[in-house]
Amino acid sequence: MAETAAGALWYRRLVLALLLAPALLWLLALIVLPHFDLALLSFRARVAPREYVASLAQYRSFFGEPLYWHVFVRTALLSAFATALTLLVAFPIAWIIAKLARGRMSALLFVVCLIPFWVSETVRTLGWMILLRESGVLPALLVHLGITAQPVELLYHDATILVGLVYTSLLFMVVPLVGSLESLDNSLIEAAYDLGGKGWPILRTIVIPHAAPGITAGCIVVFMLTLGNYLTPTLLGGKNSLWFTEQIYAQFITRFNWEQGAAFGFLLLALSTAMVWLGLKASGQRFSDVMRRV
Amino acid sequence: MIPSLPRPAWLRAATALYVGAFLLFLFLPLAIVAVFAFNNAPYPAPPWHGFTLDWFLGNEAEGRIGLFRDSELLGSIWTSCSVALWVTGLSVAVGTANAFLMEREQFPGKGILSMLMLTPLVIPGVILGISILAFASRLADLCTELFGIEADFLRPGLPLVVLGQFSYIAAIATLTISARLKRFDRSLEDAALNLGASHAAVLWHITLPYLRPAIIGSAAIAFLMSFENFNTTLMLVGSDAPLTIMMYGRMREGATPVLNAVSLFLMTASAVLALTLMRRGKRQQS
Repeated sequence: MAETAAGALWYRRLVLALLLAPALLWLLALIVLPHFDLALLSFRARVAPREYVASLAQYRSFFGEPLYWHVFVRTALLSAFATALTLLVAFPIAWIIAKLARGRMSALLFVVCLIPFWVSETVRTLGWMILLRESGVLPALLVHLGITAQPVELLYHDATILVGLVYTSLLFMVVPLVGSLESLDNSLIEAAYDLGGKGWPILRTIVIPHAAPGITAGCIVVFMLTLGNYLTPTLLGGKNSLWFTEQIYAQFITRFNWEQGAAFGFLLLALSTAMVWLGLKASGQRFSDVMRRV
Repeated sequence: MIPSLPRPAWLRAATALYVGAFLLFLFLPLAIVAVFAFNNAPYPAPPWHGFTLDWFLGNEAEGRIGLFRDSELLGSIWTSCSVALWVTGLSVAVGTANAFLMEREQFPGKGILSMLMLTPLVIPGVILGISILAFASRLADLCTELFGIEADFLRPGLPLVVLGQFSYIAAIATLTISARLKRFDRSLEDAALNLGASHAAVLWHITLPYLRPAIIGSAAIAFLMSFENFNTTLMLVGSDAPLTIMMYGRMREGATPVLNAVSLFLMTASAVLALTLMRRGKRQQS
């Protein structure tokens, strides 16, 4: 009897070890150690070929060189703006899906909203480029309608980057919003209306507080994805995009200055993490719950 | 506001208008891409010069290389597919193991591990890419220094692309499969064990079949996310470019409508995949 008990214990330990191995290998070898290494890389400077010293030079040059931190601040502000815009565009459609459309219509509208996101971002960006560039569809249409005399270049503006970013982010806002609005009981709104409430006060005092977890989840994810986006800003913004991920690419791949690129990477990671943390604090939610909503 | 409350006519009209504008915004770029795949002109731009299939079938002799003759593009589709297959296999296997680990086992440090499993989802893809690039290069340098071996698979190239994509897609597979395993009724397993089934037989005949929808679903998502990944891949890619990287390079140079043709091909493939999955889902529900 004792022998089988020991055997069973041994068996359980073996199962645990076998299940732990892939998880630990994945997280240590691909997440924890690489980021630790990246941190080390960012805190050193090259003094001679193959000779390095610990130093803050990479971070000093970030704050010393206006171009670097201007691009950083610009990326952060544009990302925040794009997130707010995405929320504004997505909220009405989420409301219509969750509350106004009924049964099949609501399900159909929801699926239709998801369809474009099965196609890669590259394809969607190609569409915007054909639509907006000087020889493209919209400028030609504007000339045809007599609004402009010559085709105008609609690419390579900040507004173009924003349109592209909102477009790629919509899905990640609509899904959590629909989830949180569906759980709102209609009778609460009816009661407020019967008591004399008008549209805006009802929205502010009942709907938004109820949907807050969904709004936070959507905003966190959209901000993070926008901040880390590379394709949309570089293709729609061209040389004027000045997006921070582009600086990281330039340091790492073009200039082969890995120390500087690592420092930039860490600054971006710090900003992204700080915003996620702030969003969670502000709404009093747990990280794991937010990730399950999206 | 809601259907049970009176809505003025202007609000109804505004709602309909909004839905229309929203759908136009969503589908206009895709429709434009599809239409210009058939335009008989060397650039994907108006005006319309008539219908042609050159951008699919054309060959060099006609001066227009169509998708099915463009060996570079076809090669990159193949590269993307093989990377995606590796990533899917690895992610689903590790995701399933993780689901059992987190739902069935108790061990010290479990809370930290479950947090850690979600972190890849909040790290920007570019940073996942550079951190893995730097770490792999350090390991490769160490290999050369200590053993005099050239560890080429640790240099930028497809093995690193697979690892980079796997590093966060595994987190998605873990979430999906864990969520299903959590809802599993364990008394089914106990009943089978009482009836004399071995642990392996219970796993094979009872638990895994129950998990199958989640496994298939996360495999499809993993394949799609790998195929479409750009940020992480850009940092880790070597000389063999997957499709997204190849398309990006050509888009910067101003490409011919062959890119529209390949895009239309991708749209059709995704639509088929999406429809198959939805029908499967519906069948399971009914």
